[in-house]
Amino acid sequence: MESKVKELRYAIVQSIPVMLGYLFLGFAFGLMLNDAGYGFWWAFFISLFVYAGSMQFVLVTLLTAGASLWYTLIMTLFVNGRHIFYGLSFVENFKKMGITYPYMIFSLTDETFSLLCDLKVPEGMREERVSFYISLLDHCYWILGSCVGALAGRVLPIDTTGIDFSMTALFTVIVVNQWMDTKEHKPAVIGGVVGALCLLVLGADTFLLPALTIAAIILLGVKKKCYIPSQS
Amino acid sequence: MLHSVAIIAVAAIVTLIIRAVPFVAFGGKREVPETVTYLGKVLPPAIMVILVIYCVKGINLFTGSQGIPELLSIAVVALLHIWKKNTLLSIAVGTILYMILVQVVF
Repeated sequence: MESKVKELRYAIVQSIPVMLGYLFLGFAFGLMLNDAGYGFWWAFFISLFVYAGSMQFVLVTLLTAGASLWYTLIMTLFVNGRHIFYGLSFVENFKKMGITYPYMIFSLTDETFSLLCDLKVPEGMREERVSFYISLLDHCYWILGSCVGALAGRVLPIDTTGIDFSMTALFTVIVVNQWMDTKEHKPAVIGGVVGALCLLVLGADTFLLPALTIAAIILLGVKKKCYIPSQS
Repeated sequence: MLHSVAIIAVAAIVTLIIRAVPFVAFGGKREVPETVTYLGKVLPPAIMVILVIYCVKGINLFTGSQGIPELLSIAVVALLHIWKKNTLLSIAVGTILYMILVQVVF
């Protein structure tokens, strides 16, 4: 019992950076969702079951537009497709997770992935349990932030017009991080050019899927010309 | 209402399937196809830039606020993030700036 408390305490300390981020981003998501006419319980269940940061922001726009299920499916594939590569790093590692194995897979978000990658548990603690606690804590922060955000949108007498810019800001930050992370800027430039052209030609309502598809096809086409350093 | 629930269910199930794919497909020590690895590296940067464009798709450069609040706030977020590398700070400052611009200035 004693060791479980120590492990939980260790997991809490490790998860503090994500806690701040998730409470804040979840809050912004809850506010934005509430603005779109979906209150507390929507925020709770979306954050409980979907649990994917960027996708949940896109989901708000899908909900307001009453998007079709096919469109939702394809958008989810594009926005969350990168998660396939997170799992690859943990295929071996998660095998010893026992009963928590399915939950570890479900809850592997960008942020949890980065924490688990960096995790080096001290002597005497069981890595499986610490990993599970971190995953569970992150999920709780996210749900808590979303719910508080949804409530705040209803209770606080503040004008929340423009709060949806938090999504734009989040994506901009990710773009900057990705840009500074690599010397190969062709993918980002291709995305920018294709995105802008598609928006001009096809208009705001329909440009997104064609832009994503065309960018993917071009990137496959220039495969030999794109220098991507191999990661270990 | 029912359609909203369906949209959320699709997003939840597809997300779960995506996260489970590597464990199901590559659990048996099979090699990951090179094309998959390649796409995993080059697609995310392209997708994120397109998503930023998606966020500002509604602006009109010739009427109203001419997209100034959006473009200015994005520039501030990017520059602040290059400078301080603090995700929360960049998002908070950018969002508050944008809210002030659309509520008070324009």
